[in-house]
Amino acid sequence: MPQMGYDMQQGTLVRWLKSEGASVKKGEPIAEIETDKAVVEFQSYADGVLRKILVKEGTTVAVGKAIAIVGTAGEAIPDAPAEPAAKAEVPQPKPTRSEEVIAAERQPKPVPPSAEPAEPRGDLKVSPIARKLADEMGVDLSRIEGTGPGGRITKDDVLAAAEQPKAAPPKAAAPAPTPAARDIGPGEKVPLTKMRQQIARVTVRSKRESPHFYVSAEIDMSQAMRLRAQLNQSDEFAGTKVTVNDLVIKASVDALQKYPKFNSSFADDAIQMHEAVNIGVAMALEQGLMVPAIMDCAGKSLKEIAAASKDLAERAKGGTLRAEEYTGGTFAISNLGMFDVFSFIAIIHPPQSAVLAVGSVAKRPVVRNDQLAVAETMIATLSADHRVVDGAEGAMFLGEVKRMLENPFTLLL
Amino acid sequence: MPEITIREAISRGLREALEDENVFIMGEDVGSYGGAYAVTKGFLQKYGPERIKDTPIAESVMAGAGVGAAMGGMKPIVEIMTINFMLLAMDQVVNHAAKMRYMSNGQIEVPLIVRTVTGGGGQLGATHSQSFEGWFASVPGLKVAVPSTPYDALGLLRSAVAERDPVIFAEHALLYGVKGEVPDEHYEVPFGQAKVRQEGKDITLVGHLRMVGVAMKVAEALAKKGREAEVIDLRSLRPLDVDTVIESVKKTNRIVVLDENWQTGSFAAEIVSAVQEHAFDYLDGPVGRVGGLDVPAPYSRGLEAAVAPTPERVLDTIKELYGL
Repeated sequence: MPQMGYDMQQGTLVRWLKSEGASVKKGEPIAEIETDKAVVEFQSYADGVLRKILVKEGTTVAVGKAIAIVGTAGEAIPDAPAEPAAKAEVPQPKPTRSEEVIAAERQPKPVPPSAEPAEPRGDLKVSPIARKLADEMGVDLSRIEGTGPGGRITKDDVLAAAEQPKAAPPKAAAPAPTPAARDIGPGEKVPLTKMRQQIARVTVRSKRESPHFYVSAEIDMSQAMRLRAQLNQSDEFAGTKVTVNDLVIKASVDALQKYPKFNSSFADDAIQMHEAVNIGVAMALEQGLMVPAIMDCAGKSLKEIAAASKDLAERAKGGTLRAEEYTGGTFAISNLGMFDVFSFIAIIHPPQSAVLAVGSVAKRPVVRNDQLAVAETMIATLSADHRVVDGAEGAMFLGEVKRMLENPFTLLL
Repeated sequence: MPEITIREAISRGLREALEDENVFIMGEDVGSYGGAYAVTKGFLQKYGPERIKDTPIAESVMAGAGVGAAMGGMKPIVEIMTINFMLLAMDQVVNHAAKMRYMSNGQIEVPLIVRTVTGGGGQLGATHSQSFEGWFASVPGLKVAVPSTPYDALGLLRSAVAERDPVIFAEHALLYGVKGEVPDEHYEVPFGQAKVRQEGKDITLVGHLRMVGVAMKVAEALAKKGREAEVIDLRSLRPLDVDTVIESVKKTNRIVVLDENWQTGSFAAEIVSAVQEHAFDYLDGPVGRVGGLDVPAPYSRGLEAAVAPTPERVLDTIKELYGL
């Protein structure tokens, strides 16, 4: 079962598009898989014959479980223990040339989902009610010194800790005490959709695990807007309307190639660099937020990016994104320009290390040659993971994006 | 509202009961002597020897005759002078009174009341100072009332008279003189409803009979430390009102149960167990209990006082368990 979204833990096999014995090509859709967010086409990782289907339609299995075996016709296949558990990554001499179809082998490795911050609570003596209250009030028990008999943390200790203003830097940015929502007053309780749950999980994890820092710049888009207008009137770009976002994507792709650390993931003991530049584009769909990626942007021209971006948006709406487009993003762009937003700050989409948030392009006063002038500008804010990069690097990266957008011919090179 | 003693309240309840021709009283010294604790003083003169019967010193006979009379349609009120002597009546009470309804498939009922006197503190020695009401409370088929105020004594006695199953009505030897308000109007105190004697938010103290008073003294001492104790009087041990105790613990998160009986196997252990079963997640420390020391009651006044649960011992336990 492929990992088709950060934090995806299981998927449902909706439909097999190929039956056992059918020949399949690498990249050819062979099944439809339902994730928390959508039904996605799943493509074969290898050429060959779909020898054996291991997961029946309608079945939900954990990510990493083998769902089918692709091999050559007539080749002996292992007596599939229906669940060759999620050991796909352990390099074992394979008895045959069959390839187990396991998505986890591909794709930039997401940070292991078990990365809950270890709480040093081993020897803590805590009364049951104190533990319950601490959970409810978001009090970090490891910060409390118990005053009960034998050093036990009591109800009073938790209440006292909850009243104190948070001590300077709390050890593990404990969530702020949230008063129970019901205390505010009556109102309807709207159950979370699967997508809402997913967004909540991902954003909370991101904010908890990756220390964000932010760098903003005002970018003069006057020339870029002129270029865009010209391109959209040209024969060469007929049928492929270039958006401001496409320009930002193209500038970011080029800046990422110059500053590849922004195209990486923090992996506990290392920084995992990504060869491919896959730009995630935040999209507000009816059901909620989605950040599918335009794959392999490094070699793409502005026109190709514009086309890919349009195609991605259409398929996102239609629910026909490919698995890798969900998980493959290596950097993201969030654009609220269409909402007349001056500027905003985005949350990094794990396991990526940075996200660029851009506001509206609007006519604003600027200073040119010590004179006030009017220019079309855009405020861009980079959020970056401080575990991976530092502020000065963020400034240089954003400076490169700015340089390219202010000298937009570079986007056509 | 008029103030009367527990003795007077029970006496009044008995007189009310005797208005029913089916009710009669029997026991040692209940007639011409007026009762070992003077509860039935003047009854013989008023109701005559047919209905106020002095018995020989033979508890099994008294209880057995009570069971038989109850089976035959009477409403006997048997007085066993102290609960220590109930050991001699145990077979009649546990094996007969408590079992008849069940073993006759509901055809026979035993509406017997056994009034008895429990507790120590009167320098009556090791064989006359025990508190066995908890033992009887473990027997299905019996009901056990334990009033600590005149109001409850009368109210519970009225419920006992109306009851169609055997009731052990345990009065405390040292509480007969306790005064309290009792309305002239009719009321009853149903079995299985504990009473919150004092509300508080910091710790729950549970007891019955004399231990309610000890708990109130503990509450006073805690109040001086700025802590509010909630004091619960169980009023009946069977049926037992666990809910009131659990609700209180959910509020206070701390509890100590008091019981005059020996700590080992005392009825307090039943409450402790119920609390940890139903309110574990609300506890701020171990469920506490303070019982009598595990020794035969001494005769010496000083030693006897040291054996029973005292406010000091309860306070020590609270400090030890909860640091209050």
